[in-house]
Amino acid sequence: MEQSTREAYGRTLVELGKQNPDIVVLDADLSKSTMTTLFAREFPNRFFNCGIAEQNMIGIAAGLAASGKTVFTSTFAVFAPGRCFDQIRMSVAQPGLNVKIVTSHSGITVGEDGTSHQAIEDLALICSLPGFTVIVPADANEVVQAVKLAAQTYGPFYIRLSRPKTPLVYPSDYKFILGKATTLREGKDITIIATGIMVAYALEAAQNLAKDGINCRVLSMSTLKPLDTDAIVKAARETGAILTVEEHLRRGGLGSAVAQIAAEHWPVPMSFIAIKDIYAKSGKAEELLKKHGLTAPDIENAVRSLILRKRNNS
Amino acid sequence: MNAPHPAKGQKKSGQIIKPRHDTKAEAIACQKKTDLTSTLSTEELATIAKKLRRHVITMTGRAGSGHPGGSLSAADIVTTLYFKVLRHDPKNPRWKDRDRFILSKGHAAPILYAALAESGYLPLEELSTLRRPGSCLQGHCDMTATPGVEMSSGSLGQGLSFGIGIALAGRLDARDYRVYVLLGDGECDEGQVWEAAMASAHFKLDNMVAIVDHNEQQIDGWNYEVMNLEPLAEKWKSFGWHAIEVDGHDFAQLLSALEEAKQIKGKPTAIIAKTVKGKGVSFMERNLDFHGKAPTPEEVKKALEELK
Repeated sequence: MEQSTREAYGRTLVELGKQNPDIVVLDADLSKSTMTTLFAREFPNRFFNCGIAEQNMIGIAAGLAASGKTVFTSTFAVFAPGRCFDQIRMSVAQPGLNVKIVTSHSGITVGEDGTSHQAIEDLALICSLPGFTVIVPADANEVVQAVKLAAQTYGPFYIRLSRPKTPLVYPSDYKFILGKATTLREGKDITIIATGIMVAYALEAAQNLAKDGINCRVLSMSTLKPLDTDAIVKAARETGAILTVEEHLRRGGLGSAVAQIAAEHWPVPMSFIAIKDIYAKSGKAEELLKKHGLTAPDIENAVRSLILRKRNNS
Repeated sequence: MNAPHPAKGQKKSGQIIKPRHDTKAEAIACQKKTDLTSTLSTEELATIAKKLRRHVITMTGRAGSGHPGGSLSAADIVTTLYFKVLRHDPKNPRWKDRDRFILSKGHAAPILYAALAESGYLPLEELSTLRRPGSCLQGHCDMTATPGVEMSSGSLGQGLSFGIGIALAGRLDARDYRVYVLLGDGECDEGQVWEAAMASAHFKLDNMVAIVDHNEQQIDGWNYEVMNLEPLAEKWKSFGWHAIEVDGHDFAQLLSALEEAKQIKGKPTAIIAKTVKGKGVSFMERNLDFHGKAPTPEEVKKALEELK
């Protein structure tokens, strides 16, 4: 079953808006795409369309937050943090203000719009900022919980959503805990750590590999910052190899962060499925994932070679 | 949907929006403060401004770095605001109904620190710690470090946007505080300033005033050489603002413009304050060397002599 993470976001904002009069929402002329339009319809006085001016929007968000508001601000992931990095750095991150930047249309699954609209650097940028909490939900249920948690937790948040509908990957009683990885499948041969929409592909690969007797542990790492150090060290110690999978550039995203923890605490052979040092082009989401090596078969191949490396190492 | 008119909230609730004070004591303090400051004459303001200028010289001289030029050009504007116009309470820097002053040109931090210290937000001795490790007085404004500093600035162009957020919050909460944002003229090169200018007019923020410290100089030279700004007042007008041009060293003109701004409804007001960089110290006036360079001990002595 597939559900839209953007719609989940919009619906949750409306729910939060009813409970908390201090929730204010900003958008930069993309409210029908980010789905903040649902909030705008319900609470026109607490919604401000800032026009196509993301830098100004972040400043307005910061000023509202400095005045006691809980501010959700949305646009495409390619425009925030990219377009307004310095504004986020000085007006939001440095003072640690209560601004939640929730972006949609991240990664290459934006598809046909092409390079200009494919955010593949956003996690590197936002994770570099001290004080930011960074969440990449894997499905619509997690979006609802992450957005609610962000509203309840003081400080700057970045939540990354996608354009396409995504399959539900968690059990129905799933409880999102900030900063904690979720073990979706147990295994002893290797750990696959995935984030966002790639969790579904990691699960598919693990299922296929199990048929060949390869048992993968699959972790969904929905909080990129603060990162679940314990789960990574445990995975390294118990499975002896780690593969990370993300819809983002190799540098500065999930893979780099996990490697840093493993290198420091428990070095093991690692491999990284991510977008190589290149920009993607126009195409259908599935075509682009295939072209850039982000599908279940790509994960399976990477797991097989990593297991060989692990055996040769020992 | 996106631009609630100021009167909209009133109509809906059927109530007249009244200023909200957190406690009765705060309301009284506010009144007292207003009464207190309103008694100052322009001569007295000039005396205070001179004192603040001396602080700027001493602080930057002692620190060995900093931006005296743009601090001195803004001295009379900052004095007028802190000692005559702003509704504020130095004993309660987070008072919800305070008027907000945002120093968007964050490099002029020394003049703000001087005003905050003389107003009672921090001990005067603290001024001698400017730019030192452990000091609450950072090289550029830091809202997490200094009581009374409303925004972390220094990366130019961001203050007006921040001010919009505060002004919108004031409207949402039916608070009658006003927001004053001081920008540099060179700062107006930044595109974000004009994004914010457009938005302020769109949202009809008559509780916000932008003051441009128009000293006509920026790091690399005169404005017209680096990036022509003129006609500056016309630009603000064309963005939907009420614009007033004044001599930024004339207290009567500044006061009258700030009073006029309070009467303007339905749009924000921009005050283009014509100033002189380094104003008050002969060898610093219009001297770009002192944009981002502190005076030497000899220069400090000479400057303080002139500011007696």
